[in-house]
Amino acid sequence: MRARIAYIAHNTFREAVRDRVLYNLIAFALLISGAAILVGQISIEVERLVVINLGLTAVSLFGVVIAIFIGIGLVSKEIEKRTLYTVLSRPVRRWEFIVGKFCGLAGTLVVNTFFMAVGVFGALLYVAHKFSRPDAWIFVALYFIVLEFLIICSLSLLFSSFSSPLLSAVFAFSLFAIGSFADDLRGFAGLTHGAARWLAIGSAYLVPNFSALNVVSAVAHQQTLSGQLILENTLYALLYTVMALSGAVLIFERRNLK
Amino acid sequence: MRSRRTTIAAAVCLIVSMTASVLLLRNIDRLRPTRSNDDVLYLESPKLIRKASLGFDGLMACIYWTRTVQYFGARHFARAQSYNELAPLLEITTSLDPHLVPAYELGASFLAPAPPEGAGEPKRAVDLMQYGIAHNPDNWKLYYDLGFVYYTELKDYKHASEAFDRGSLAPNAHPAMKVLAARMAENGGDVTTARILWSATYQSSKENIIRQNAVAHLRAIQVDEDVTNLQNIVDRFVNQNGRPPTSLWELAAAEHWTDVPADPDGVPYELSLDGQVLVANPDDFPFITKGTPPGYKPGPPKFHTNQN
Repeated sequence: MRARIAYIAHNTFREAVRDRVLYNLIAFALLISGAAILVGQISIEVERLVVINLGLTAVSLFGVVIAIFIGIGLVSKEIEKRTLYTVLSRPVRRWEFIVGKFCGLAGTLVVNTFFMAVGVFGALLYVAHKFSRPDAWIFVALYFIVLEFLIICSLSLLFSSFSSPLLSAVFAFSLFAIGSFADDLRGFAGLTHGAARWLAIGSAYLVPNFSALNVVSAVAHQQTLSGQLILENTLYALLYTVMALSGAVLIFERRNLK
Repeated sequence: MRSRRTTIAAAVCLIVSMTASVLLLRNIDRLRPTRSNDDVLYLESPKLIRKASLGFDGLMACIYWTRTVQYFGARHFARAQSYNELAPLLEITTSLDPHLVPAYELGASFLAPAPPEGAGEPKRAVDLMQYGIAHNPDNWKLYYDLGFVYYTELKDYKHASEAFDRGSLAPNAHPAMKVLAARMAENGGDVTTARILWSATYQSSKENIIRQNAVAHLRAIQVDEDVTNLQNIVDRFVNQNGRPPTSLWELAAAEHWTDVPADPDGVPYELSLDGQVLVANPDDFPFITKGTPPGYKPGPPKFHTNQN
């Protein structure tokens, strides 16, 4: 079972590389090096802040775009090219296919994030001339960004398991935007009464809470993050990912592929 | 062969059309009336901008801070008399990131001084600093800057003393804070207090522009003090001799000095025919209040990099 999942994941990764997904690293490198050189000339006292804020924001947004655009095509492309039938005619179960695809996409994003992180640290070294101990928190911010990618990958797969690529992209982007306002949603829920209140609270807790995973600003200001936050965010992201993947498997298992 | 010819033709077309479009656009820009976006803020609500940033408010704050610096720099360079969007830009920046300390420190120094050096809004600078202190209560520099605005722009020594006193209790506060709090309460307007204040500014900042500004003020304080002392000696000479000295050399001889007094650059002070002590190159000492010829209008500050 593990070998089959690993094989599908490996192929997904190779396909993404073949599709020149990692070319986004060039755009990222241009962006971060341009910012590192330019900001010192057009602003005052925020070079370090800009490199961290811009770097981590770019890592996050580039990754989200890749996760959604690759994720929504993972199932539909296989159906369109009819390669899915070849895969499923072998001793590969449908859930293994979904999990393998997820692992391949997540792996692609981890590799992409690793190279971007190298770029962020390189730019930081350029503007600050040395690293300080609080800069280590950037690793935590990057880790949270990867957790965010896991959730988005799983959601993209969930939507692509029952919808067209276009609609899947719309759903995934909408959920990303709504998830970024998750804290506000809870605030709105607090203002309502009766059944509407429970409905609002339920919706607020059902959408992924991306704002909890966004510590970019705190890290840029060298604020410390508690171990408990790291642990609970990890558990939350894993649980949400498992939930979305389970949904994708449930739908895909029952989907008529004829 | 045909394919290669097509490639060359397409490449030539691309380069020619790109160059022509750039040149044409430059021409169009010259034809259009000059438009300034300096006083336009399309989005003025910090809350709306915060929401629109999808959680990436730290980056938005940096962008707005850069825009603030550019806005202030362009208008300051043009010796503008109004800075209408400066306060809203600073409000947006600090709402997006309440921990962006440079926006408070430099923002107050942009807002407080009278035009063209600043926006001439010291009360808004005080509000900005108080917002900053509320969000960063352990940062002694913010109390220092608040006291600084009270001292330099509002001449409110009581509130300045209170600000320095509160700041002196913050962790790692500069030792001068306690001294400044005490001196403000007793001798708010004297030269020694000003010298301590600008020296502390020089020592506590890593930013070149702030350090250069502090040096320029310290040099101006030195010149003002020299001119005051020299003028007293000249006046005494007039009382004793019934006429002003013909030159500073005559004064030096009368006072048994080995040399004539000179400004911080080593250039001797001058004496007008009616016995007024003058600075030889007043443009080299922005912020001086004494020793300038009648009708003198100062140019933009020329900062010196080294403290003399």
